[in-house]
Amino acid sequence: MKLKFIEEKAVKGIMLITTLLVFLFVGSILYTIVKNGWRAMSWEMITDLPGGGFYIGKEGGLLNAIVGSLYIVGASTVLGLAVSIPVVFYLNIYLKKNAKRGSIARLAYDVLFGIPSIVYGAFAFTIMIYFGLKTSLAGGIIVITLLIIPIFIRSMDEIARELPQDMLNASYSLGATRYETIKVVVRQIAPGIATATLLSIGRAIGDAAAVLFTAGYTDNIPTSLGQPAATLPLAVFFQLSSPIPAVQERAYAAALILTGIVLILSILGRIITNRFSRNKIQ
Amino acid sequence: MNTTGEECKIAQKTSGIRLLKDKMAGSVMLTFTLVSVLLVVLIGIGLMIKSMPILHEKSLWELLCTSKWKPMRGDFGFLPFILGSLWVTIIAIIWTLPVALFTAIFLTENSRTWVKKIVFPALDILAGLPSVVYGVWGILVIVPWISDWLAPHFVEYSTGYSTLAAGIVLGIMILPLLISLFVELFSSVPRELREASLSLGATRWQTTKYVLLKRTFPGIVASVTLAISRAMGETIAVLMVCGNIVQLPESLFDGCYPLPALIANNYGEMLSLPLYESALMLAALILFVVVFVFNIVSRLILRKLEQKLM
Repeated sequence: MKLKFIEEKAVKGIMLITTLLVFLFVGSILYTIVKNGWRAMSWEMITDLPGGGFYIGKEGGLLNAIVGSLYIVGASTVLGLAVSIPVVFYLNIYLKKNAKRGSIARLAYDVLFGIPSIVYGAFAFTIMIYFGLKTSLAGGIIVITLLIIPIFIRSMDEIARELPQDMLNASYSLGATRYETIKVVVRQIAPGIATATLLSIGRAIGDAAAVLFTAGYTDNIPTSLGQPAATLPLAVFFQLSSPIPAVQERAYAAALILTGIVLILSILGRIITNRFSRNKIQ
Repeated sequence: MNTTGEECKIAQKTSGIRLLKDKMAGSVMLTFTLVSVLLVVLIGIGLMIKSMPILHEKSLWELLCTSKWKPMRGDFGFLPFILGSLWVTIIAIIWTLPVALFTAIFLTENSRTWVKKIVFPALDILAGLPSVVYGVWGILVIVPWISDWLAPHFVEYSTGYSTLAAGIVLGIMILPLLISLFVELFSSVPRELREASLSLGATRWQTTKYVLLKRTFPGIVASVTLAISRAMGETIAVLMVCGNIVQLPESLFDGCYPLPALIANNYGEMLSLPLYESALMLAALILFVVVFVFNIVSRLILRKLEQKLM
């Protein structure tokens, strides 16, 4: 057999191995998290606040972290959408395709997307000190909003850019203004907005470094924006660093809850993309 | 005549309002866009102002190239942290680059649709998992694997919390990013080029090697740069498995202390020492500058390539 055919076979083998490796990692991570998390899982983990001796291994649950995470993620998703949807419309309807300003803005969002969350956290924390704010729910919401805006804009923009120019022209030729044309565009990119939202929620709920200094940690559910809020990733992080095995077990439970939420979001995202992209004009 | 004239007036009036709305919406959107774009500048300037005190005290060269870290005595040598970051990132890239390349080639060149239908969701999951979950997995799987199984072959003793563990975990985290960048890159190469090569009797791998990889080489470099900048900033997962020991790492099985871990571990506690705070801000600024430069360079290369290939 010629050398090139042997090479072909060998490379094919390597490719299969590397692809299987990807599955091995996914499998190993999910298996480890589920196996360890399930042992420590119980109803009271989801429904109870930490009790008196929670951090030495006595009764209580993670409700503070679950609710704190939901507050932060919910609020920052709404704020993030409110900022990024106008930006996407501006980039794709008001600006001409391939406009220089648009490409500079997109580059800026790419950079923002790449900035590590720890840098966002440190930056937000200095600003909070400057204004005399303490670690609080509000701080967490602001920093997570900043963090997910570039994700929102990038993923929605990717879909909006594929809109055919003819469709916009058709709307203009009927006498619609650019502002009115948005109504047409919204229907086309709605699934994109939904997927982008799920993607950002996934990122927002899993981020620990940014909320580390800004949201703080507490055993209670915050009742106002000025109080600190616990979050799931930090619940994992802090409890895992405890020397007491029973507390570490809870970190696994928290990791399982977090993974469960992220997986559900990712599956929903797939379903939405598959189902709704049927209506799209190609 | 009269009625049409009035209709005209009404039409003019409403169209005036409509145009006004259009203009106003436009300027509101422009403001949002400008403000969000300015955020990059704002973060850069903010970090720069905050790290000024320590830069006044000491030269940048001295800060970056000495390895003494005693904040209480005023010694701030960033070298261990910079080397820690570098080593962890290098290990991560070295092992993920071939894996990502071959997987991406497999996905774009050799596999059937049903394979893609199961591989892409798996990559989605990998990309979506929070970094703290990777950290837990690293502690439960990679760290014991290194300390019980791998390290005894090479060194006398290792806790497992090491540069190598951090590199492995970090690699898995950037794997989905690299693969998706590569897949996008390879799919943008026109099919005619491959067909031309195949029709001359080249095997698939030869076609891949001489047509695909050669043509997308700048793109591959850019993608790797992008992945490096992502890896540099990864905090929590690395922090959980890297050992957090301030030293110049001598072997892969020693602990290390990358820059993001430095910020995460110490920020918030050091406000009594202004110089310490400034030092940590300088760490954030270093990360920012690296990410900024790497991102812009790689995005510009990728963009140019995209236009050329289209």
